[in-house]
Amino acid sequence: MTQDELLRELYDATLVGNGPAVLDLVNSGLAAGMGPETLLYESLIPSLEEVGARFERGDFFVPEMLIAGKAMAGALEVLRPLLAETGAASIGTVVMGTVKGDVHDIGKNLVNIMFEGAGFQVIDLGVQVAPEKFVAAITEHQPDIVGFSAFLTTTMPMFKANINALVKAGLRDQVIVMVGGAPVTQEYADAVGADGYAADASAAVARAKELLGRRRSLATA
Amino acid sequence: MHTTLASASRELVIGPDQPFCIIGERINPTGRKAFSEQLRGGDLSRIETDVAQQVAGGARVLDVNMGAPLADEAELMTRAVGLIQRLTDLPLCLDSSIIEVLEAGLAAYQGKALVNSVTAEDERLAAILPLVARHGAAVIGLPNDEEEIPEEPRRRAELARKIVEVADSHGIPAQDVLIDPLAMPVGADTSLVVRTLETIALVREELGVNMTLGASNVSFGMPQRHAIGAAFLPMAMAQGLTSAIMDARAPQVVRSVQAADLLLGNDPWGAGWIAAHRAGQAAQVVP
Repeated sequence: MTQDELLRELYDATLVGNGPAVLDLVNSGLAAGMGPETLLYESLIPSLEEVGARFERGDFFVPEMLIAGKAMAGALEVLRPLLAETGAASIGTVVMGTVKGDVHDIGKNLVNIMFEGAGFQVIDLGVQVAPEKFVAAITEHQPDIVGFSAFLTTTMPMFKANINALVKAGLRDQVIVMVGGAPVTQEYADAVGADGYAADASAAVARAKELLGRRRSLATA
Repeated sequence: MHTTLASASRELVIGPDQPFCIIGERINPTGRKAFSEQLRGGDLSRIETDVAQQVAGGARVLDVNMGAPLADEAELMTRAVGLIQRLTDLPLCLDSSIIEVLEAGLAAYQGKALVNSVTAEDERLAAILPLVARHGAAVIGLPNDEEEIPEEPRRRAELARKIVEVADSHGIPAQDVLIDPLAMPVGADTSLVVRTLETIALVREELGVNMTLGASNVSFGMPQRHAIGAAFLPMAMAQGLTSAIMDARAPQVVRSVQAADLLLGNDPWGAGWIAAHRAGQAAQVVP
């Protein structure tokens, strides 16, 4: 298999969420001397972007998004330590999680991937993340940004519960709080006292950079 | 247990021995960009069509949500309630997470409204229940608290009990509390809807109160959504669900609800089922 063929197969396997095949191809690629960035940026990310595009067009459905995201997550588990070794300096640290009571992770995973692609270090706490778990992770990792994701109007109230927990732990002023998810609006983000909101993964990265820039210029002023 | 709602001129009873209460979900700007823009500009004209379609589809109550981003939601709610009550005599379900908006809707409303909603959070209970009591309204209770939106049916039932008890302490009787057993999307996790069905059975057994839920959540992100809704609602009704906020404009879903009413013994002599059939035939006859 040529490298181009491998990238193509990896793209196709990610598209249909074939986790074992994705893992095999990633390992084969690495064994053949391909760089982790090549596998990530020339196959995995474009494939997941296509999954997102198909979902937006109504050609793909939620379970298909989730299983593709899961295949991607398996690949990232192998690639992350290697990407860290190549030593691209992190432009910031993000702690990310889907709120307690909510099991949806595809949107969050897409946001994570876009953040990682932009050079952020992402600490993903997964789904159903309780307020105390966010508090513990922020204490441990001292991130610049914490991201709360919710997919349901019934789980959005956890944004407020999380922010309340940060205030109680004395961490609220140390970290930029960003919120997002299908039903979330700027208005809702403002109402719960978040610092930032974005409607999609690429907008989230742009907003994060803007908020981070503003905070750092304030800190040095 | 019977929950009675009312408009200025008409009463509606929700209960396990009554035809299922279809609450039309359509008057809501979430996911409706054009309607959302209109509301932001203060234009309520679209509501007339929404009311007509849902009434024709079989709705018994209409949900009213004016949660358009950057709009004056309280003012819109006041105007929408006045407008809708001139268009139909169905009771209304006033839907907002903002207390001032619920207050505005209740002040404008003639009759006994359903308030959507309160959670088991102490702060929300303390803010919303006095309002519900003062207006003699009924209220939907969501079993989540400050800590969690529990997945376990047992925990949901405990929080439901808390809501019913706190409501009682505010002078709101159990028959005026509808518990929402929390419908989750089956496309996200195929074990979630089973949890909802278990919650319905538990709440019926332990509290005996009426229940309602957002039925369209169940099919979110899946193809053939109406077929999923048409399968889910009869299952939920068999467990004890007595109402749902749903798409009253989808004949496939509404017919399956009406058939389930018949099968569960809530349509004596099949009169409602047969009448709906004749109405359908009449509508097809060209005059």
